[in-house]
Amino acid sequence: MSILVNERSKVLVQGITGREGMVRTRLMKDYGTNVRAGVTPGKGGQEIYGVPVFDSVKQAREECGDFDISVVFVPAFLVKDAALEAFDAGVKLAVLIPDRVPINDVLELARVSKQEGARFVGPNTLGLVSPGKAVLGMIGGRAESAREWFRSGSIGVSSRSGGMTSAISYYLTQAGLGQSTIIHVGGDAVVGLSHPEVLLLFEEDPDTEVMVMFGEIGTTQEERVADLVSGGRLRKPVVAYIGGKAAKSGTRFSHAGAIVEGSRGSHESKVELLKKAGVHVADVLSDIPKRAGQLLKERGRKR
Amino acid sequence: MFEYQSKKLLKQAGIPIPEGMVVSSPEEASEAARKLARSVVLKAQVWATGRAEKGGIKFTDSPEEAAAAARDMFGLKIKNLSVEKILVEEKIDIESEYFAGLVIDDAAKSPVMIFSSMGGTGIEEAAGEHPDKVVRASVDVLKGFREFEARDLIRRTGISGGTLTRLSRTLAKFYAISREYDARSAEMNPLVLSKQGQVYAADCHFVVDDYAVFRHPDLGIEVAREFDRPPTELEKIAYLVERNDHRGTFYFFQMLDEVSKKENAIGFNGAGGGGSMMSMDAVLDRGFKLANYCDTSGNPSASKVYRAAKIILSQPNIKGYFASGSGVASQEQFHSARGLTKAFGEEKIAIPAVLRLGGNFEEKAIEILHTYLKDIPGKVEGYGRDDAPEFCAERMKKLITENQFLPHKVRPVTEPEIKERAYSFKTVTGEIHIDHEKCGRCAAKGCVEACSPGILKLEKDMPVLAISREEAEKGKCTECLACEIFCTYHEQDAIFIRLPIPGLKEYREKVIKEQKKESRERE
Repeated sequence: MSILVNERSKVLVQGITGREGMVRTRLMKDYGTNVRAGVTPGKGGQEIYGVPVFDSVKQAREECGDFDISVVFVPAFLVKDAALEAFDAGVKLAVLIPDRVPINDVLELARVSKQEGARFVGPNTLGLVSPGKAVLGMIGGRAESAREWFRSGSIGVSSRSGGMTSAISYYLTQAGLGQSTIIHVGGDAVVGLSHPEVLLLFEEDPDTEVMVMFGEIGTTQEERVADLVSGGRLRKPVVAYIGGKAAKSGTRFSHAGAIVEGSRGSHESKVELLKKAGVHVADVLSDIPKRAGQLLKERGRKR
Repeated sequence: MFEYQSKKLLKQAGIPIPEGMVVSSPEEASEAARKLARSVVLKAQVWATGRAEKGGIKFTDSPEEAAAAARDMFGLKIKNLSVEKILVEEKIDIESEYFAGLVIDDAAKSPVMIFSSMGGTGIEEAAGEHPDKVVRASVDVLKGFREFEARDLIRRTGISGGTLTRLSRTLAKFYAISREYDARSAEMNPLVLSKQGQVYAADCHFVVDDYAVFRHPDLGIEVAREFDRPPTELEKIAYLVERNDHRGTFYFFQMLDEVSKKENAIGFNGAGGGGSMMSMDAVLDRGFKLANYCDTSGNPSASKVYRAAKIILSQPNIKGYFASGSGVASQEQFHSARGLTKAFGEEKIAIPAVLRLGGNFEEKAIEILHTYLKDIPGKVEGYGRDDAPEFCAERMKKLITENQFLPHKVRPVTEPEIKERAYSFKTVTGEIHIDHEKCGRCAAKGCVEACSPGILKLEKDMPVLAISREEAEKGKCTECLACEIFCTYHEQDAIFIRLPIPGLKEYREKVIKEQKKESRERE
């Protein structure tokens, strides 16, 4: 199994005729993702790599049936409308690739998706991949690389950095450790599915044995993961790495933010809380596959 | 935004602010005090907190005093920022001070309104000591923050009567204007109640979401970046590059005010937030300083990476050029390699460069670097996904030592002469000129083959566009730079791709003047 996406998930691509939309549709199709249709308003009637293009999501649904997932490649200022259109047509998971989406738009999407019982990944995400099954977005860049870099297995990977999502997974593959699902939660301050939510999904996934989290300074995502581990809601072992040790702190936080967060958000706070909760925090990247491998073995013995 | 700019927004929303005006000279300050005809407060307009302790806030009772105070204030440096504008405001007789702030809670994914019955400086510490005086409410973005919600919030701090209704009205308006202008955070501190019972926003601060600045041209924000200081000249140049080319991301800021000849600082070119931070940690751990931070990622065009490199190389005295991202990038790395090749080739850099371009097509990327940059004075080494950032940082250190810490010398922006008879066409952000006379001597005609989007063809044995000029300009020519690089290194040097960077020429002229002055002084 895997989380969020598998080879059967019916996928729609919004903004399919744009520069990134076209190239990544090819990646998804070549990898085996079940891409059913695409949408670009005003460009209906075309075909992109054999995928029919429609003028609206509703029209695509009328012609092709329901979609489970929509991958959104439209320009940043149109992302909100595109995602709302997808939710309106019953899509339960939107993957928002573009960066520079206004934060107020993301807040509105968070509010509406909750109401609709839908979820979204991103914005500012490379996407996600369940190795051997399906890829969403642009992770891997092209199918040959995605096949070479990622292998199916039992480690769940969640990362706030796009490049590091691929890097960690590649180093796990090199160490002979496959992945259940790899997900880039997105680099922005507010994202749809954040680390704690993704890790809870991995906790429920019978095929995930160990979780790897690449965190960064800023936001409260890693602290909330620490809380979940301490509270017993995450029982599977977690290996974490927190980037940004040397980054100048304080520049990102205004006064008002400091009142709400207190000391949360800094590198030290994250590492300390995670360690206290019993999470394995790696100092250098190469420790991640080592620790994950050991933990996997230990879990195997316990069974 | 400066205080006076934020206050303009409040006024627009109908929130009372002290009467006042912005001045840029002591004479104007005295004139302002005369017009206000009462005791005034002078407030230095700088992007720094804690200005009161540095003499950035002064109360005066006469126009003469105001002029004198302004004279002192204009000479001040607050956190290295000089005071260029002063806000002269009526002095308010304060009865009590409050705090109101709007922040975004990333866990709840909603805005949070914060109100405290204590305001003024040191609110963070005070809030820690008196948690009962600080109240918060999560805001439903679809509904907004309504007056009755404000009332229920403020009521919890024990405030009642007319003050409660006046503060509630202010708070609801404050939310509305913050939301309208896409504030990422906003605060009024202090929000004051005057002895006459009026509510004023005595000071306020908005941070507008970078990503939403495009919606508010009326704010006149030049560089949409969340800096805690005004942008440097070079940062403004870089920002224009990013704004004019939407392909991929280019983010640049300077981390040192100045790099001296002795300083062990390098030019940094990361790719992707996480990979960049990890790479930064690796070089900082080895005793380097970073002249700048830079991120070229999200599948940027070769021309964008070229411009980034030109900007990084406009910083004098850096000792090396270090590029490194996550190591396993989804983007096609040969674009970055070509951008760097064109920039380094033009600059003929004498400092070493370590370029870690792991990811898709990394073998091709490294081959491009090693083939075309082997003859420039500085040593260039390309690495891929199996080379750790720590190893690459170690190489950087070694090469800089071998190069005897030679400081980078900034060169003027020069261009080859473009012949009138050249075959020329426009691209998205530049133009391509092909000197067909030279093409006559070319045997390989490899430019046509090298062109990755395949938009060139041979006509009478000369390379020309295979598509219309309009199509090329609209983006069919991806500015991959492959034709120029092929021609320059394998054939007749007949192709020149002009990729202008507005402002860079003038900027470098200034830097060069400084360089010359420095070397004269040493003699």
